[in-house]
Amino acid sequence: MAGTITLRKSAAGTPVRLATGESTAVRWLLIGISLTFLTLFLFLPLAAVFVEAFRKGVGAYLQSFNDPAAYAAIRLTLLVTAIALPLNLVFGLAASWAIGKFEFRGKQLLITLIDLPFAVSPVISGLIYVLLYGIHGWFGPWLAERGIQVIFAVPGIVLATIFVTFPFIAREVIPLMQEQGTEEEQAAITLGASGWQTFFRVTLPNVKWAVLYGVILCNARAMGEFGAVSVVSGHIRGKTNTMPLHVEILYNEYNFVAAFAVASLLALLALVTLVLKSLIEWRTRVQHDQEEPS
Amino acid sequence: MKATRNVFRLFSLFAAPLLAFSTLTATGCGSSDASESDVVKLLNVSYDPTRELYKEFNEAFAEYWKKKTGQTVQIEMSHGGAGKQARAVVDGLPADVVTLALAYDIDAIGEKTGYIPADWQSRLPNNSSPYTSTIVFLVRKGNPKNIRDWDDLVREGITVVTPNPKTSGGARWNYLAAWAYAREKYGSEEAARDFVTRLFRQVPVLDSGARGSTNTFVQRGIGDVLLAWENEAFLAVNELGPDKFDIIVPSVSILAEPPVTVVDHWAKTHGTTEVAQEYLKYLYSPVGQRVVAKHYYRPVHPEHADPADMKRFPQVRLITIDEAFGGWQKAHAAHFADGGTFDQIYSP
Amino acid sequence: MAIRIKQPSVLPGFGLTLGYTIFYLSVIVLIPLSAMFIRAGSLGLGELWEVITSPRVLAAYKLTFGASLVGALLNAVFGFLVAWVLVRYTFPGKRIVDAAVDLPFAMPTAVSGIALVAVYSPSGWIGRYLEPLGIKAAYTPLGVTIALTFIGLPFVVRTLQPALEDLEAEVEEAAASLGATRWQTLRYVIIPTVLPAMLTGFTLAFARAVGEYGSVVFISGNLPMKTEIVPLLIITKLEQYDYAGATALGATMLVISFAILLTINVLQWWSTRHKRGA
Repeated sequence: MAGTITLRKSAAGTPVRLATGESTAVRWLLIGISLTFLTLFLFLPLAAVFVEAFRKGVGAYLQSFNDPAAYAAIRLTLLVTAIALPLNLVFGLAASWAIGKFEFRGKQLLITLIDLPFAVSPVISGLIYVLLYGIHGWFGPWLAERGIQVIFAVPGIVLATIFVTFPFIAREVIPLMQEQGTEEEQAAITLGASGWQTFFRVTLPNVKWAVLYGVILCNARAMGEFGAVSVVSGHIRGKTNTMPLHVEILYNEYNFVAAFAVASLLALLALVTLVLKSLIEWRTRVQHDQEEPS
Repeated sequence: MKATRNVFRLFSLFAAPLLAFSTLTATGCGSSDASESDVVKLLNVSYDPTRELYKEFNEAFAEYWKKKTGQTVQIEMSHGGAGKQARAVVDGLPADVVTLALAYDIDAIGEKTGYIPADWQSRLPNNSSPYTSTIVFLVRKGNPKNIRDWDDLVREGITVVTPNPKTSGGARWNYLAAWAYAREKYGSEEAARDFVTRLFRQVPVLDSGARGSTNTFVQRGIGDVLLAWENEAFLAVNELGPDKFDIIVPSVSILAEPPVTVVDHWAKTHGTTEVAQEYLKYLYSPVGQRVVAKHYYRPVHPEHADPADMKRFPQVRLITIDEAFGGWQKAHAAHFADGGTFDQIYSP
Repeated sequence: MAIRIKQPSVLPGFGLTLGYTIFYLSVIVLIPLSAMFIRAGSLGLGELWEVITSPRVLAAYKLTFGASLVGALLNAVFGFLVAWVLVRYTFPGKRIVDAAVDLPFAMPTAVSGIALVAVYSPSGWIGRYLEPLGIKAAYTPLGVTIALTFIGLPFVVRTLQPALEDLEAEVEEAAASLGATRWQTLRYVIIPTVLPAMLTGFTLAFARAVGEYGSVVFISGNLPMKTEIVPLLIITKLEQYDYAGATALGATMLVISFAILLTINVLQWWSTRHKRGA
């Protein structure tokens, strides 16, 4: 995730330098090729979602949300995200402090382990929790005796979501903390600040945009996760269906307008997230420019 | 002094999320406690094509139960591919009743968990199947490829859409129906295997569930024939366009008996045994049978159904799994287990 | 894992944060994953080998890794182009394009799958023009590749963007003043500089593609030996209550993914070392 990590530093749209720029024709050719590629692989599928959602008009589109099961799905998705996000945030901050500010053996291995959930198939991400908490799993019988339901209930969905979004915040913040070094913190400590004061007053302000960026990525993925959640959900209508699962159900009930309407809502949430992201990048840039007026 | 404050801060930072999580765990499972004694909840874990049927039946039953006992019953539904649903129950999905596509899956639940006694199928009439169905062909309007019977499916250039028998209960019925037809017509197991192999060579897409296949055939326009449950075919025609598809009934097909049963363990745990039993029995009642026929399932008591609904079901000679394959356990082992005849079709 | 602090630091909280990191990592990732390995281990070596090398599984590996590789390569080439265009040029609608690049990351995979089928199936927006040309996109390995390209795109573009932005103008100017053509500058100056970032993006896209399930099953056709991906085989095995077989496949994939990730992390660490040293 190295790429998403480094926040952009320079202003986009650098003025064309004659000695090193391309001719107008080449430039437009390249823009054309890129846009064609993006159209084929990105814009058309996205457009398909909205076209299907509005196939029967705006009325039918809005009508799709007038359904208790859809409400329940939206509520569950927000609840799951609201739990998964803070947990991963705390972890991300702790991990980046340990990894970014100290030198120790096994660091690369630790970073790789944090990355691991990213490369695990969503199917497996769900399955491992079934193996642990399912009725025949390691902790299953113990939980069953106490009447605690983890799999096929909200806790299982939360666990799977945490797993899938595990690396995002940590991986955004770690490189930045590494880059910033420890001089400022050391100065603060020497001047008598406590560890917590140093963290909240010195370190956090320095990395806050990276943290927020990580939170946004984590949030987008948490709301959109399908495969892993599908394995642990149990698909009880109005109870354990998240928005992506509800989309699948509606689609399977031949209710295509509603399916794509809910899907478009997810796409819209994603777009809001992306606008927030642009805002953050803009803020970072402004901050950066203020610090280093060039 | 400072140290204690830090310890407290540390606690709040790390423990708060964990605390929130454990609270949630507690509330997440607290749904079964009967704080409102006049509301009873049932979880019915079913397969894909019964969505519409149970939507209506649940309302009818809730009304009946309210009148009879004064109790409000809320029925929660879970739908999906039959195999996936059975596995979920095996792994602990607390279903009070299961209404699945084939007896094999319910056997598997009983065997792996002990939640259902081995003789479950004799607890309700008609092998615990309150409705039956069969496998038919759905073709494009006007039947442009002139498909009349199973033999037409293996003709050159015909493409057939069916779900994957490994993951879909409906697809297993499809597979066995073709097998039974070919064995009867060509007289040997080898010939049947050859026929089914040729049939599956004509399949371009194997979706994981019945609904996926219907969508592929109807929405995506893939294939000349869809092998489908009779009720799915009717539903597709009615929901997705009466002017677009025709239903073709083959000369012989299979008698599909989707069974229902109470999951004793969970019903007992939830204290819902009585209502769960009544729920399933009500499927056999005149009201239940009428709803069943309305949603294109063949009722076991046709006399209770609307005659207009009954007229929709064509006469077709139906073979049962028991007489043709010696029961589901045998059929599964021979055809759908790893290395069975289905896997051999795709072995190089 | 021999975790030992190498040089003493005045900063507090090392034990606490590292402890919590390892604790949380264990609870969420390591213990659950070890459950999978132990379950797979219950097979015994001979049987395990048999499961992960059966012809059908081998065919699925070939498709999964092959399509992921092609998808990641496509992304490396076109992703570079997209990143270049976004960083260097201005054109109307650029900000929207820039924002949209992240969408495959945020959309539910099932929605992506359904949308891709709507576009690439024989009756779809593009599929209907491909069909007369004899190109079948949906329900073939090509369809799988399309889906895997879709989901991998953000990773390549987002890794390359900052690298291209950090590129020093002076270097290019120097190359130009020494008489290098634009193409030579690209070939000998720009690409070598952003190669590490490109490699990272490529690997991320590849790793993500290998495990992908939701978007692929809708467009792949799921035919054994032909268009069946490994995650689907895992699901198939699960639904036959074959947990050991499913976990065996999962563990195999995990080992491969882990090796890939470790390679990039070491590569990155090595390249920053290299840079600092120089």
